[in-house]
Amino acid sequence: MVKEYKTVQEVAGPLLLVGGVSGVKYEELVEVELPGGDVRRGKVLEVNEDTALVQLFEGATGVSVESARVRFLGKGLELGLSRDMLGRVFDGLGGPKDGGPQIIPEVKRDVAGAPINPWARDYPNEFIQTGVSAIDGLNTLVRGQKLPIFSGFGLPHAELVAQIARQATVRGTEEEFAVVFAAMGITFEEAEYFIADFRRTGAIDRAVLFVNLASDPAIERIATPRMALTAAEYLAFDLEMHVLVILTDLTNYCEALREISAARKEVPGRRGYPGYLYTDLSTIYERAGRIKGKKGSITQIPVVSMPDDDKTHPIPDLTGYITEGQIILDRALHRKGIYPPINVLPSLSRLRDKGIGEGKTREDHANLANQLFAGYARGKEAQELAVILGEGALSPEDKAFFKFAEVFENRYVRQGQDENRTIDETLALGWELLEILPKSELKRVKPEQIERYMKKTVAAGE
Amino acid sequence: MAETRVQGTIRKVSGPLVVADGMRKARMFDVVLVSEKNLIGEIIEIKGDLASIQVYEDTGGLGPGEPVVSTGEPLSVELGPGIIESIYDGIQRPLDKIEEIAGALITRGISVPGLDREKKWEFVATAKVGDDVVGGDILGTVRESTLVDHKVMVPPRIKGKVTRIVSGSFTVEETVAVLADGGETHDLTLMQRWPVRLPRPYKERVNPVEPLVTGQRVIDAFFPIAKGGTACVPGPFGAGKTVIQHQLAKWADAEIVIFVGCGERGNEMTDVLLEFPELKDPRSGEPLMKRTVLVANTSNMPVAAREASIYTGITIAEYFRDMGYSVALMADSTSRWAEALREMSGRLEEMPGEEGYPAYLPARAAQFYERAGRVKCLGTDDRIGALSAIGAVSPPGGDLSDPVVQASLKVVKVFWSLEDWLAYERHFPAINWLTSYSLYHESLAEYFRTEVSEEWEGLRQESMRILQQEAELKEIARLVGTDALSDRDRLMLATAKSLREDFLHQNAFDDVDTYTSFPKQFKMLSNIIGFDRLSRDALEQGVTTEELFALPVQENLVRSRYVPESQMEEFDAIWGRIEQQVRELVEKRVGAEEVAA
Repeated sequence: MVKEYKTVQEVAGPLLLVGGVSGVKYEELVEVELPGGDVRRGKVLEVNEDTALVQLFEGATGVSVESARVRFLGKGLELGLSRDMLGRVFDGLGGPKDGGPQIIPEVKRDVAGAPINPWARDYPNEFIQTGVSAIDGLNTLVRGQKLPIFSGFGLPHAELVAQIARQATVRGTEEEFAVVFAAMGITFEEAEYFIADFRRTGAIDRAVLFVNLASDPAIERIATPRMALTAAEYLAFDLEMHVLVILTDLTNYCEALREISAARKEVPGRRGYPGYLYTDLSTIYERAGRIKGKKGSITQIPVVSMPDDDKTHPIPDLTGYITEGQIILDRALHRKGIYPPINVLPSLSRLRDKGIGEGKTREDHANLANQLFAGYARGKEAQELAVILGEGALSPEDKAFFKFAEVFENRYVRQGQDENRTIDETLALGWELLEILPKSELKRVKPEQIERYMKKTVAAGE
Repeated sequence: MAETRVQGTIRKVSGPLVVADGMRKARMFDVVLVSEKNLIGEIIEIKGDLASIQVYEDTGGLGPGEPVVSTGEPLSVELGPGIIESIYDGIQRPLDKIEEIAGALITRGISVPGLDREKKWEFVATAKVGDDVVGGDILGTVRESTLVDHKVMVPPRIKGKVTRIVSGSFTVEETVAVLADGGETHDLTLMQRWPVRLPRPYKERVNPVEPLVTGQRVIDAFFPIAKGGTACVPGPFGAGKTVIQHQLAKWADAEIVIFVGCGERGNEMTDVLLEFPELKDPRSGEPLMKRTVLVANTSNMPVAAREASIYTGITIAEYFRDMGYSVALMADSTSRWAEALREMSGRLEEMPGEEGYPAYLPARAAQFYERAGRVKCLGTDDRIGALSAIGAVSPPGGDLSDPVVQASLKVVKVFWSLEDWLAYERHFPAINWLTSYSLYHESLAEYFRTEVSEEWEGLRQESMRILQQEAELKEIARLVGTDALSDRDRLMLATAKSLREDFLHQNAFDDVDTYTSFPKQFKMLSNIIGFDRLSRDALEQGVTTEELFALPVQENLVRSRYVPESQMEEFDAIWGRIEQQVRELVEKRVGAEEVAA
């Protein structure tokens, strides 16, 4: 028999202070019943002797000190899991949102998860073809990686993420990914865009969606990514599926975290975010990966919008320190009408070199990518120089790089939202663009590679 | 021991912090077991009857009323054969054993000793019955791996006459030697314990005189670290801190490498675990793992254990230093350690210092780095051991005014400044040659003179001067174009570019380029600078920069980093070509002038 307390002492923001309790445990799940029969859920943030500090997931609107009845359930927040979750839409706390029936769970798991033992991890090294050249060619995604998209307000990250979800395959297999999608505080339209896109392409049949909209309680967002990752772990490690997890938008999640921290009057870290933001984010991002002896995998693509496009803002900054690289969207490219507006220079995939090369993509992939990076970097420099000096004053080499940077943006980076390039097409395109540059400047590729791959494109052009 | 086993009761749980009462008799920094789940914690504050405890495991499900038992012992590590090739969590629990017990996910309350209790080691006694020994003296050795002779030492503060010592096969708990000290006897095993927060003693500190050879050109040539030295690598994410740390762990000529993954990515530790057994030590040809110890407390593992992990790492490192080895410790990243400190400090409701970090952060950082050094070890044989410590720092946004960076720079002697703009240009290692520094040039000068070359120091200074000048001239060159510069300036820019692209830039993923020995570094550098000197003379003779830049030997300079260590004579051949081609240019020019005259 679960004891019921009517001893709420204080309500502040999303927090409740409940007095006179006994046997309450840290992180325990809590139910708060309001006079109308409405039940809110929360968890214990702190217990101090006979008082418990409870954080409500759905906010404290309507909670009164006098009439709220609080029950401590003796377990953490759990999610019921089953294969039937595929094709369904849930709210941010795991309840059905699509009018369908409740899931009959095969198993229930605590959404907090447990850290994967580094010893038990298997290294991610299988190339994922997303069909997007700027990613596949230069900032390659591999299975089990966590590669966030750093975006800004008004940039087309939703389109890019949807395109990746649609097109991602592992080369040589026709295997498709199961998609777990968690929306945190995004608008109705943006959420609808994803749902409609998944429906249109049939991807919905292998997708599980958790949706917390901007209008839903902010605090619910704290639980949403953990719900999604618990579902993903079940699909990956129990049902042996390859899972792509899309989390959008982490910035909203962090703001909810800040709200709670402020309500608890904690000493704030940078920009008011709590000092444990790094640790908290890591308990989300580190749930990506592969496990030795298990067939499935979890690949994460979180979306982080950078407030004011500032990469050094605590949220993108701490994210970058945990994730294995980042794809950065750029406003200047977007203004030029280039989709996807991926700025490849500050973008990075730390696992790229493990996922490409002989037997995975092609032996020249790494060198070609480095050459394209170096060429584009120098081309951008030449462009800046041209602004000061005028294009005419550039040296012949600088002119070549200037042109290269332009063509690179317009042909390599730019592609259609439905354009799905194979890795061979991406590599061939790279070699074709290198023809713009003087051969003596191609220091990052080997002479025999120039011989082998450049000629082909010349021959094809003739 | 009974009087120190204090039992108390939990009053408060807040994240990794538990407060218990009834703890008046407990001692600061004693290890406690929390609740029936026996979670491991450490006392970090005592107020009257109340003790604040940082718990090294997830505290979900704990509540007031549950018991807390003090073990009466500070947090300690087990030191003995079996450490090498291990991978530990922050409090020295072997992760492979945890997996055997708990599966792929780390659950709570798992108790596994740091050293295997079953395994038998072949002990070869070197001390004899009747020997008078003191703390630090070597009793015998155990061949721990193909690369490491584990020296079994008398623990510090113990001395006596050996009354029994036997060679043979032992577990770490069996007695291998007995000492008689007056009326007392000491049974010595292969294992000793040491509290992690207490530096292991040595006889005296001595000055570092030898470089830690890393095979990384920018480090060895321009910003060397001494054996027994300290270095700090701050940089924004994506600048390649981790790759540098891995490169050092792989190639540094230390006899023992301790790699502490402190609050970093899980996959990175997996990478090390998979790669190190495959990589061969360039000197012995044995797998690198045979000299490596890993301490891995990834970012999502409990935050308090992250705080402990660097102490666990450095205590193990000191133990091997005490055997007379050169040990290198890499900590990636000290920022995560500092954040763990900050989190605990916040929960203790201490008054925050800068950026919310506790006021004692600089003191703790200094204490950590001061445990590095070159020392005369305990024991009568006066052997020398060295412990080099290299800490990565991850400042927010790459901002070097970050308190953790500042606290580190105050104590370390080498600063490798990683910058993201270099990384964007794919110039790796992205160490800025203008802002980095090493304070060891002077103490290592003698070594370079005798072991590398008399000319080494001169070459280094000339290279740095050229790079400095380039930085000053580059802005002007950008505005007026290189055509407007004098021939000498254009040559200087070209040499600087060659230094940057052909010497400083190094590809960690290329089989040859990943490691460069000192002789090869010297030859590469002397060819580049030699070419510069000859070219300057040639300019005086009327040769143009265009002619010099078009020489075919330029190609050899560019490719010389890919010349394998086994073909060192190739560099002399390149030098021959440089001399010949420049001479031909000069002769042609002088000849033409003579004809004209």
